Amino acid sequence: MNRKIYNILMVGVGGQGIITASDIFALAALIHGFDAKKSEIHGMSQRGGSVFSHVRFGEKVHSPVIARGEVDILLSLEEMETLRWLAYANKKSLVVVSKTRIKPAMVSDYPEDMEQQLGKSFPNLLMVDPGVLSKRIENEKFFNVSLLGLIAPLLPISIQAWEKAIGQKVPLHFLEQNLNAFKQGSLYYDSIKKEVNS
Amino acid sequence: MEKLLLSGNEAIALGAYEAGAIVGTGYPGTPSSEILEALTSYPGVYTEWSVNEKVAFEVALGAVLAGARTLVTMKHVGLNVAADPLFTSSYTGIKAGLVIVTADDPQIHSSQNEQDNRNYAAAAKIPMLEPADSQEAKDFTELAFVLSERYDTPVLLRTTTRISHSMTVVTKGKNPDRSHKAQGFKRNREKYVMIPAHARARHSIVEQRMRNMTQDSNNLAVNRMELADKRIGIITSGVSYTYVKEVLPEASVLKLGMVYPLPEKLIREFAEYAEKLIIVEELDPFFELRIKAMGLAAQGKQHLPLVGELSPDTIRSGLKAVVPQELFAQGSAAAQQKLSSAYTPPPRPPALCPGCPHRTVFTILKKLDLIVTGDIGCYTLGVLPPFSAMDTCVEMGGSVGMAQGMEAALGSAYNHNTVAVIGDSTFAHSGVTGLINAAYNKHRSVIIVLDNETTAMTGMQPNPLSGQRINKETTVKLDYLKLAEAMGIKTENVHIVDAYAKAQVEEAITASLNKRELSLIVVQGPCIILKRKRKKA
Repeated sequence: MNRKIYNILMVGVGGQGIITASDIFALAALIHGFDAKKSEIHGMSQRGGSVFSHVRFGEKVHSPVIARGEVDILLSLEEMETLRWLAYANKKSLVVVSKTRIKPAMVSDYPEDMEQQLGKSFPNLLMVDPGVLSKRIENEKFFNVSLLGLIAPLLPISIQAWEKAIGQKVPLHFLEQNLNAFKQGSLYYDSIKKEVNS
Repeated sequence: MEKLLLSGNEAIALGAYEAGAIVGTGYPGTPSSEILEALTSYPGVYTEWSVNEKVAFEVALGAVLAGARTLVTMKHVGLNVAADPLFTSSYTGIKAGLVIVTADDPQIHSSQNEQDNRNYAAAAKIPMLEPADSQEAKDFTELAFVLSERYDTPVLLRTTTRISHSMTVVTKGKNPDRSHKAQGFKRNREKYVMIPAHARARHSIVEQRMRNMTQDSNNLAVNRMELADKRIGIITSGVSYTYVKEVLPEASVLKLGMVYPLPEKLIREFAEYAEKLIIVEELDPFFELRIKAMGLAAQGKQHLPLVGELSPDTIRSGLKAVVPQELFAQGSAAAQQKLSSAYTPPPRPPALCPGCPHRTVFTILKKLDLIVTGDIGCYTLGVLPPFSAMDTCVEMGGSVGMAQGMEAALGSAYNHNTVAVIGDSTFAHSGVTGLINAAYNKHRSVIIVLDNETTAMTGMQPNPLSGQRINKETTVKLDYLKLAEAMGIKTENVHIVDAYAKAQVEEAITASLNKRELSLIVVQGPCIILKRKRKKA
């Protein structure tokens, strides 16, 4: 097995389903046969605050948190939040950002030029239109899982392991919809792959 | 064997189950709350959310003296509340295993301080284990029960937020020991009745026990040398160990699984091997002071912070000056390519939820510009804009007593501009005693209980004001009016008002302040998250 440790940082705002998505992610890595760890903070930070989850997997993972500059994929569910975690990324990191804007309580207007700011900071940026993706899944609630599907083709975790992990983490009556959301995410990735590779 | 991905908290619950625990008690507190919730899901274990940590500890101590292996859980500051029975339980010892979980919160993610509870182990003369991942959280819980019974002592298990809330791989045990049964209490007055004559004798036994454990800890498998490069020897424990392995993969490491008492012989052996000893520990120089007191040259806090969590990054930058460069992990070449941005996102401080029942009262308190002694819970967020309506917050229950002190300080010059604000769970935890004090000492305080029917901040645990137990079973609900009357508060000075009825809430507050008599105002409205959950169910 390759000695590489994969570092994925998922970020956003409370209530976006980041914790559930990272639960599925780390479990899929374990089911595939990797060592896996994930770390996040619950408690006071949940009440509308920034949310993050570090997911690490590979042959043997020590630290549950990612060192600065070592992120392979920064998956952000909120535009502005992406920049908060800049120090963890590097010029090669793939930065996947959902074009979702949630205005912080203290701010009067969301900065108009956010997409431009992101473009300036992250050389390897992939902006995802949540509208396009949401149309293909039955319920916006599963958007977090569709983003896992979107990055899945870039990772050495089998589809079977992903599907098994989803099966263990979501309620049975939502399983089909979650599996579909995951699949639609992967299909969406295929449709935009050219952008990523360029 | 079945491999699971568990949080440290879930792993502790599994460990307690596999070790034969039949009683679990605790009081919710981040980052410890999920342990008891997970333990409740196992068959054959009695669990309860006790009214506070002291009571949880006492129920646990009674249970072990009656022969039941017991787990008691709390956050670091919770152990302050339980410190009284903690210290003397060291003297009484146990009958069946007693494991006390203290979940510390370096970085103060969700607490009022970042005290290092390793100090309690030394102060109370109770052994302490500290796991570095979920597998160890499970294994050390089981070991803690074994050591507890072997040495007739309670055992502390210390986690930190990063251990409690990180998920790592755990292999489930093959044969959980579920045969353990409580035999009932057997008298032993010299051991369990701590009058001075008995306690003096027990103290000597405690000191002998700690000497024995110090000796035996040299051979304990959880204290482990990983000998490699001779130039640098790192002594560390808990999550810091994982950071050291990440950043300094070639250095020699002494990993301490038992953080008190320290294995002195093993530490000397390690010091012989390594040319330079470096202690990597979060918060206090707990190992460092003890290792230096052994006469060994060691470095630690001159390079690493006393404040906050460590991380792979803080260890790398802190030790750059003392560790040869070639011992550091290279890191990816890409990681050197730093990114920059002209824009810094504004902070997103936590806030009261939209529709939260606490919002009304803080809007009113702000408008009236009152001095507000506050307490611990979601409602502590009343200190932040847009409300900015809280002036003190120290510990659980503190609001009630502090309001009385502000009144006492001024005597007849007090101008009735102060109210105490406390949540329902916090009120039951330790606000009640403060209220008895107010009635007894003729204070004229105005105490406002914000009752949202749950312990919201820590994740919706039921409490004595919820009418529900940890296992969702229905139970009695504390009656505010009868409680207040029994304390001697006049019936007409008890106001129970709807949290969303703004005019009534304001009227109750201003009328109580104007009346200049001890008043209890209960502002009732279920937590908005709880309401949503109930709808779903």
